[in-house]
Amino acid sequence: MKSIWEFANPKRFMQLSQVSLPWVAGLSVLCLVVGLVWGFFFTPDDFRQGATVKIIYLHVPAALMAINAWIMMLVTSLIWLIRRHHVSVLAARAAAPVGATFTVIALATGAIWGQPMWGTWWVWDPRLTSFLFLFLFYLGYIALWEAIEDPDTAADLTSVLCLVGSVFALLSRYAVLFWNQGLHQGATLSLDKEENISNVFYFPLLVSIAGFVLLFLALVLLRTRTEIRARRLRALMARERLA
Amino acid sequence: MIGVLRRDLALAMRAGGGFGLGLSFFLIVVVLVPFAIGPDTSILGRIAPGILWLGALLACLLSLDRILALDWEDGSLDLLATAPIPLEGVVLMKAAAHWLTTGLPLVLAAPVLGVLLNLPVPGYGWLTLSLALGTPALSAIGAFGAALTVGLKRGGLLLSLLVLPLYVPSLIFGAEIARRGAEGLAIGAALPLLAGISLASLAIMPFAAAAAIRVNLR
Repeated sequence: MKSIWEFANPKRFMQLSQVSLPWVAGLSVLCLVVGLVWGFFFTPDDFRQGATVKIIYLHVPAALMAINAWIMMLVTSLIWLIRRHHVSVLAARAAAPVGATFTVIALATGAIWGQPMWGTWWVWDPRLTSFLFLFLFYLGYIALWEAIEDPDTAADLTSVLCLVGSVFALLSRYAVLFWNQGLHQGATLSLDKEENISNVFYFPLLVSIAGFVLLFLALVLLRTRTEIRARRLRALMARERLA
Repeated sequence: MIGVLRRDLALAMRAGGGFGLGLSFFLIVVVLVPFAIGPDTSILGRIAPGILWLGALLACLLSLDRILALDWEDGSLDLLATAPIPLEGVVLMKAAAHWLTTGLPLVLAAPVLGVLLNLPVPGYGWLTLSLALGTPALSAIGAFGAALTVGLKRGGLLLSLLVLPLYVPSLIFGAEIARRGAEGLAIGAALPLLAGISLASLAIMPFAAAAAIRVNLR
């Protein structure tokens, strides 16, 4: 039985990701096309919301991945702080802009959905507000990475920021609940319910969620590979200068 | 550790150390608000608790980089890090010094500035209490932000970007207490929650800040 830590070796990681990246990317495109086409053209309109309900196939998966991307960064930051595997922290760095983009997608699609349904683009609803905070946390994290020259210092400091930020993101989540009552509906999907939404909508939604997960995975793999290559390049150039 | 505190206090008092700077900034923000909103006293009275909290928060933010920047520049931070007292304690004392020179004056000035904004009478006590409970958290979180950005050339703007999202829970609860107090409503759970955030920040933030300082000094 091989240990999972083998993939922390950059060489092993590059080999494996080189083989798996086209598959992950291809599957993600397939899932997204099937899920979105199915959702947009082959499901009935909701009897109250009409055709606007179809934006759910973008909104829910994007929101889900926006949170999961932060959780992934939290885990990889912890791994970096504890075991000091460079690939781990590079993956966290690679995930941040992707997560920020998903957050923006969730906010934008939510606004577009909210306009006809609630009659407003934006309300200071707890869920909406927490997503805005999440976006700010992503921005701070990315900005700190960009600001610090030395890669190891940057890795350490951003990891600490990620840990502290997670605590405060959770805290803000519950603070805004206290602060304002919501307009947003409850969770669309949860594991302990018998039937979440009607199956007609449920299956295409699951497919597009799978598509978004795979898309996130593919983008993070690609960006991590880029980061590793950039770091190798820098090392080579430094060696060149010394020689 | 008391020595560190007294040294920081003396530095802030004497060397033009921006002791009154935060206070003046607070004053200016509050004075500018009626120009932006209009002189209608009923509107000003309604938004006064929020404005005072926001002004205090920004004034606090303004002086954060001074917590560590001077010590970093003249190298005394290295000495403090290698001193026989724990770095966590040093950070805590520096946050305490920052609170005594920035937070406490803000707390004391807020009721006076409340008069300018026509704050309703029952709000004064609650505003002062909420600021007194909330500003220690601002200093402690700020010390962490200062520790993250201490090695950077132009860390000031980045410091604001990093620290402001962390201030959100304190601001929500603090302004809520002041608002409810001003409107004569029951305060409810906001007061213990604000105090809890402050205590937890004081307990945890020195460790995170000390870790960041150690990385920066490496």
